[in-house]
Amino acid sequence: MNRHLLSAGDLSRDDALLILDTAEELATLTERATVKKLPTLRGRTVVNLFFEDSTRTRTSFELAAKRLSADVINFSAKGSSVSKGETLKDTALTLEAMGADAVVIRHSWSGAPVNLARWVQGSVINAGDGTHEHPTQALLDAFTMRQRHGRLEGLRVAIVGDVLHSRVARSNVLLLHTLGADVTLVAPPTLLPVGVEAWPADVSYDIDAVLPKSDVVMMLRVQRERMSAAFFPSSREYSRRYGLDVRRVASLPDDAIVMHPGPMNRGMEIAPEVADGVRSTIVAQVANGVSVRMAVLYLLLGGAEPAIGRPLEGEA
Amino acid sequence: MTAAHNAPRRPVSGDPAAARSVLTSADLSRVIDRMAHELLEKTGGGAEVVLLGIPTRGPALAARLAGRIEAFEGVRVPTGSLDITLYRDDLRLKSPRALEETEVPVDGIDDKLVVLVDDVLFSGRTIRAALDALADLGRPRAVQLAVLVDRGHRELPIRADYVGKNIPTSLREAVHVQLVEHDGVDAVLLGPADMDRA
Repeated sequence: MNRHLLSAGDLSRDDALLILDTAEELATLTERATVKKLPTLRGRTVVNLFFEDSTRTRTSFELAAKRLSADVINFSAKGSSVSKGETLKDTALTLEAMGADAVVIRHSWSGAPVNLARWVQGSVINAGDGTHEHPTQALLDAFTMRQRHGRLEGLRVAIVGDVLHSRVARSNVLLLHTLGADVTLVAPPTLLPVGVEAWPADVSYDIDAVLPKSDVVMMLRVQRERMSAAFFPSSREYSRRYGLDVRRVASLPDDAIVMHPGPMNRGMEIAPEVADGVRSTIVAQVANGVSVRMAVLYLLLGGAEPAIGRPLEGEA
Repeated sequence: MTAAHNAPRRPVSGDPAAARSVLTSADLSRVIDRMAHELLEKTGGGAEVVLLGIPTRGPALAARLAGRIEAFEGVRVPTGSLDITLYRDDLRLKSPRALEETEVPVDGIDDKLVVLVDDVLFSGRTIRAALDALADLGRPRAVQLAVLVDRGHRELPIRADYVGKNIPTSLREAVHVQLVEHDGVDAVLLGPADMDRA
């Protein structure tokens, strides 16, 4: 039975906690005990299939796989003239022939990983598909929150900014809901997706009302490359109404943390002094990303059958 | 859909009704006392010794040995925990296991005499994995092995330096070590092999 990590919503509470606990032990091993190479996935092949630009996610997956001794193939397929469906299928068949045990896919097309999962034998891990989902980002965010606050249950998390184009926001809302945190989405009405009322999260247009009641504030990148229309009057206006500056940070509770999935638009959604400030976990998030992805790879590929994830619907 | 049943922990114990007692609580503490004395004797007073327990029950045993060593000679021996899951040779045979804690003493293991501590010595495969894990953590001066129970049936050329009790068993039997820290009671039981191997 093949299992995949396509959506943060696929993870049960037990699955998610198993990943976080495993990541914690792996972090201890690789950081405190300085074990840089574990033999666990020797002989397994992980393919990084990136159709869209990425620095941290691709290198993070690559490092995670290599630390577990898997063989890694980086496959970046950009700018093809063939229609997306056919390209992806052809690529999938190539990967199939190479015998990939896992395919890590990033694609600008929401739903590409689900399609890929129908065509390949190995486990498919969604590393970001369009504006849909980015489950390992949500896992590393949850890991970071638990690391700093010691719990997730009842944690008040504000996710601020371009929710409409954010796969990070969607995955975080799903996962944090599963783990018992209370999420509030804060954005201008134009940057909230249709149907957001159905998400398991509160919605607010007023960042200054939400911040004093937040243990975690997660700033989202304003995704200009996905914007085909004017969603707000000007950068300055956006920054003034929804940007996290020093004054707003001062209104947070004392132990609140500031997160950002990166890459940041410094001076737009987040002020440079805040990004580099003591509450910022932005660098920790990157380090934690490797541990969390190691955990996901281990739990999907380490044994006779995966310990997490789910089969595709219609597959036994 | 869920992985709860796929995240195996070692079963706590067998069916007590079907198992017979091999060591009682009093026996167990005498055995641990003797092992502590042997350890002091063989290591010249416990200098530069590090006790590393293999989960689940090894770390508790290591802590007890260290406690007895301190009581007898006033020597503080550092202890730790060494999870071997990621080094197992049977990983591919089961679904991935949850990891246990690895905690190495602050001074590390380089040039130390590392004594691995486990509850039951059986095939020897756990110890082989532990030696691999140890090699990734540092370079001990020497490695020794202390086990509460040696039940035989080795599949690798591995032997223990300190043995609490030799219990001849058949492969149809299972040894269950129970410790107050994990099971609320101290006992060693021998029962039918209805579960996994040590």
